[in-house]
Amino acid sequence: MISNNTDPVIEVTGLNRKFGQRVAVQDVSLKLYRGDILGFLGPNGAGKSTTMRMLTGNLAPGSGNVRICGIDLQDNPLEAKRHIGYLPEIPPLYKELTVDEYLCFAARLHGFTGSALQIALDEVKQQCELTDVGKRLTGILSKGYQQRVGIAQAIIHRPPLIILDEPTAGLDPNQIQKVRTLIRELGKTHTIILSSHILPEVESVCNRVQIMHQSKLVLDDSLDNLKQQNMNLENLFTQLTAGDISAGESVQ
Amino acid sequence: MMLLTITRKELKLLFASSLIWIFLAGMQLILAWVFLGRLNTFLEIQSQLTQLANPPGVTEVIISPVFSVASLVLLAVTPVLSMRLFAEERRNHTLPLLISAPISISAIVLGKFLALMIFFCLVPLLIVILAASLLTGGILDFGLLGSNVIGLILLASCFAALGLYISSLTSHPAVAALGSLGVLLCLWVMDIMTIGPESATRHFSLFRHFENFNIGLIDSFSLAFFLLFTIIFLVLTIRHLENERLHG
Repeated sequence: MISNNTDPVIEVTGLNRKFGQRVAVQDVSLKLYRGDILGFLGPNGAGKSTTMRMLTGNLAPGSGNVRICGIDLQDNPLEAKRHIGYLPEIPPLYKELTVDEYLCFAARLHGFTGSALQIALDEVKQQCELTDVGKRLTGILSKGYQQRVGIAQAIIHRPPLIILDEPTAGLDPNQIQKVRTLIRELGKTHTIILSSHILPEVESVCNRVQIMHQSKLVLDDSLDNLKQQNMNLENLFTQLTAGDISAGESVQ
Repeated sequence: MMLLTITRKELKLLFASSLIWIFLAGMQLILAWVFLGRLNTFLEIQSQLTQLANPPGVTEVIISPVFSVASLVLLAVTPVLSMRLFAEERRNHTLPLLISAPISISAIVLGKFLALMIFFCLVPLLIVILAASLLTGGILDFGLLGSNVIGLILLASCFAALGLYISSLTSHPAVAALGSLGVLLCLWVMDIMTIGPESATRHFSLFRHFENFNIGLIDSFSLAFFLLFTIIFLVLTIRHLENERLHG
């Protein structure tokens, strides 16, 4: 891993994005170090997914800077993308490929070959508990397994920064527990940004929290800090994001 | 190399679908049918041909028409094969996987194009195998055969590039297929529509250019036209995907 503990893994300054006339993301900044797990909260349509797409190079920002491990995402996208693992809202699975084939492809996309690929594949399958479905087609797996394949795809190349867009959406309670455990475990060695609608999830997994509302950041704090001030995340969330619901249109 | 990773995945997906095998079987059936029909005709008129001063050979009578038919079959099936390249990635939401990976958009586009071309090279290969069977009873004009193979591959590359571009415009594979088919048909009828022999529009007909190759004429204008056509649509595809990232 390139960065040591003192360099930020991701540094975002003044991120803006408009779709036509509509402002989707306005002046979002963040700075995360190794070991940080950021919970990214906000009502539907607040601009979370749009922000995440910009952080992963899927969408060019209108203005602002994204630096991953010190590398500018705009100037040097290929180098910066090496350090990111991304799970979009809908896991990007090729339904005609088996889990093994799919994960091999994901690893090859990141330049893995030969025995290094095999080792990475075995490790990630163990970590995400996919060992016994390796030969099954991803298209016929249950939602929980698909989600885990999606996570496996995002971490197979051991990126310093992992970005997960609603990783527990649509899972049953047991699966949610497993995914949370996995995220916590990953958080020891990686920097993670995860978006979620489930506040207790953020409280149990993350150490930092940001809330987005109507395309702006309305809260950026560490969970410890909030606890010290005796603030309940749920009340805070309602307080900050209530009021105007007109931005309810979902941003894809 | 990254480009080949994409190509490999595309070929895997392509051959995982039953469609492709049905297509290959159907293709071979049609080609063999035309081949046998022409062979029959050739045997019938062989005695008359010998009286001519400069009689056409087997390659000209039998193989060239097979290539001609193959070009039409390609026109019909390219849209079905090219439609999934980007439209299906969009529909299945798999495009972010490729875009977030450390791989350039040009490599993604070229990798997909290459996969389709590798598949298309099977078609002239099938015909060459058919032609090789004639070697048991006669000699072949390898120059004419070669020019036909080159022509068909170039024609296929134009179809593939166009199909790829149209597929990148939409997230509905069916729309992509119909769109490419429509444009290809337009290009096909372009030389039928034009009445005056010197009209400029006829130069835009891909088939007019293929005919040159079909009769054994490797015309540099046709060659350049095919190559430019392919390059233009590949560049358009890359540009479109880049723009989508900027404005999408």
